[in-house]
Amino acid sequence: MSDPIIKVEGVSKSYGGVKANVDITMGVERGSITGIIGPNGCGKTTLFNSIVGYHPIDSGSIQFDGQEISHLLVGDIARLGMLRTFQQTRIYGKMNCVDNMQISVSHRGDSKFSMFASRKGEIKDRAEHLLEFVGLYSKRNLISGDLSFGQQKLLEFAMALMNEPKVLLLDEPTAGINPTLINGLIDRLRRANEELGITLCVIEHNMRVIMNLASHIYCLANGRMLANGTPEELQNDQRVIDAYLGGH
Amino acid sequence: MSMTRDTKVTYGLLALFGIFGPILFPDYTLSIAYLWMMVLMASTWDTLGGQMGYNSLGNITFFGVGMYVSAIVQVSFFYEGGVAEYTSAMGSIKPEFTPAEYFWGLGLGILAAGVVGLVLSVIFSSFMFGLRGPYFAIGSLGLAIAVAEVTITIDYVGGASGISMPLFPGDIEFRSTFFYILCFVLTIISHFLLRWLYSTQFGLAINAIRDDEDKAEAMGIPTLAYKRIGWAIPAFFMGCIGAVAGNMAGFIDKEVAYPIPTFGIFMVAMALLGGKGTLWGPVLGAIIFHVIKEATWTYLLNLQWVALGLILIINIVYFQQGIMGWLQTKYPERFGIVVDTSTVTDADGKEAA
Repeated sequence: MSDPIIKVEGVSKSYGGVKANVDITMGVERGSITGIIGPNGCGKTTLFNSIVGYHPIDSGSIQFDGQEISHLLVGDIARLGMLRTFQQTRIYGKMNCVDNMQISVSHRGDSKFSMFASRKGEIKDRAEHLLEFVGLYSKRNLISGDLSFGQQKLLEFAMALMNEPKVLLLDEPTAGINPTLINGLIDRLRRANEELGITLCVIEHNMRVIMNLASHIYCLANGRMLANGTPEELQNDQRVIDAYLGGH
Repeated sequence: MSMTRDTKVTYGLLALFGIFGPILFPDYTLSIAYLWMMVLMASTWDTLGGQMGYNSLGNITFFGVGMYVSAIVQVSFFYEGGVAEYTSAMGSIKPEFTPAEYFWGLGLGILAAGVVGLVLSVIFSSFMFGLRGPYFAIGSLGLAIAVAEVTITIDYVGGASGISMPLFPGDIEFRSTFFYILCFVLTIISHFLLRWLYSTQFGLAINAIRDDEDKAEAMGIPTLAYKRIGWAIPAFFMGCIGAVAGNMAGFIDKEVAYPIPTFGIFMVAMALLGGKGTLWGPVLGAIIFHVIKEATWTYLLNLQWVALGLILIINIVYFQQGIMGWLQTKYPERFGIVVDTSTVTDADGKEAA
C-alpha cells in the first residue's frame, strides 16, 4: 500500500470476556473505496468504533493521515476529517432536512464566531445542492423524522458529505434500502469518491454491492482478519466462502 | 431577522400592553412587572430545556445567587461600614443613599449578578454536563438546594436572617414604575437576544444536541462548548432578574432568593404550557400562567394551587407539545412548516425509498 490514509496496526478490543477484535491490521488507501465484510458479529462495527474513537482500544495503533488517533475522542477525530455513518441511521429527527444539512458543516478550523454564523448564503446553497445530489431536494423542508427509513439513510449520507470529510466510514449503507434504489446509491457513493475526492471505507453485507464498489476488501471472521485482497481474489478464497457458509 | 406580519402585530400588541398597561392600570404595575419576569424566566429556561433538551430544574440557583451578589455590591459600594457590619445589624442600619449612589449601586449590582451567574454556570458545566436526561434534571435541582443551604450558612450575607435591601430613594409610585421598566427592558433584551441566537448556527447546534447528542458529537460539533453557552445565557439573565427581584422584594433570605417550589417549577411549567422548544411558546405560556395565577389568587383563594395543578395536568395529559406545539401541528402552514402531500416520487420520476 503506497499511501494509506488510515493505518490500523495490531488493534485488539475486548468487551469483558468477548474478544471482538484480535490483532487487526489493515489500511485504507487514500482516495480509494475499501470494503470490510464478514459474518454477523465478526467485529466489523467494533473496528469502526475503534477507528472513530467511540471506545479506547486495548492495544495496537491507529493512524489517520500520519497522526496517531487511538487516544483521541469522537469529536476530535471528526474534526480532523474522518466521519462515520451509523448502521441504525442517525439524523436530527425534529429538524427539517435543510437544517439537518446546515448544522452538518465542517468544524475543522472553526473560529469562535462561527458558532453564531448566519444560516443564509453559501451554506444553504450547498445544503440544497447536496440534497439534490441524493435525490431529496423535493423533501428539503420536511421534518426529517417523518421521512422513510431509506430517505433518512440518504439524508445521513448527504449530511456526511456536507461536512467535507477526508474519509467517510459507512456502516451498511444499503441495509434497509429498496433494491431499486441501491444502484442509485452505489452510483452516488462512487461519485462522492471520484468527484469530491472522499476516501470511503464501507462495511457491507450485500456482496453484489461491495464487489462492485470496492477496489480492496478486508474480510473479518470471529474478530480476526481472515483475508484481504481485490474482490476477485476474495470471491475465490475458500476461507471466505467457508466463513460465510457457516464454517465457524 | 425578517418578520412575518403576524409577528409584527404580536410585537405591536405586546409593546402597547407593556407601555400602556401600567399607565392604565397603575394598581397592577408590579403584577405586570412579575409577568415580564416570568416571561424572561420561561424563555431563558427554554434555551436549555426546550431547544437543547436539558431539562434543568436548577436555573433558580442563578436567580438567588444574583440576588445576593447584587445586595453585596449595593451595600459594599456605598456603605463604609462594610457588608458584614450591615448584615449583622439585621436591618437596624438604614444608610441614607443619595439617589446617584443608589442607582449606581443597583446598576452595578445587576451587572455583577449576571456575570457571577454566568461564571457559576460555566463552573457547573464542567461537571453537570456529564449527566443526561432525568439525571441532569435531578442533579440541577440538587445544585439549587445545595446552593440555597450553603447561602444561609454564610454570616457575611446575613445567614438565615437575610438582608434588608437598601431603601429606594423615591416615592412608592416611582419605585413601582422604575422596577417595572427594569423588568420590561431585561425581558425585551433577553427575548431579542434569544430570537437572534435561534436564527444562527447556534440554534441549529443546540437543536441537534436535543435530537441526538451522540450524532452531533460524531459529526464534530463541539457539543460541550455549545452546552456551556446554552446554560450561560439563561444563567446571566436569571442573575440579572434575581438582582431586580431582590430589590423589588426589599428583603431577601433563602425563601425569597431560592423559590424552588414556586418560580423554580413555574418556569418549567410555563414553558411546557406554551410549548417548549419554540421562541413564542414560553412567552405565551408565561402570560397565560401568570394571568390564571393572579386570577385564582384573587378569586379562588385556598384553591389556587388546585387550579394550577389542574392546568398542569391538562397540559401534560392532553397538550404535551404545549399551545404553540399544538397550533403548529394543527396549522403548520401558518408557521412555515411544510407537510408532505405529494406521493413518494422524486422530480425525475424515480421512486424514493
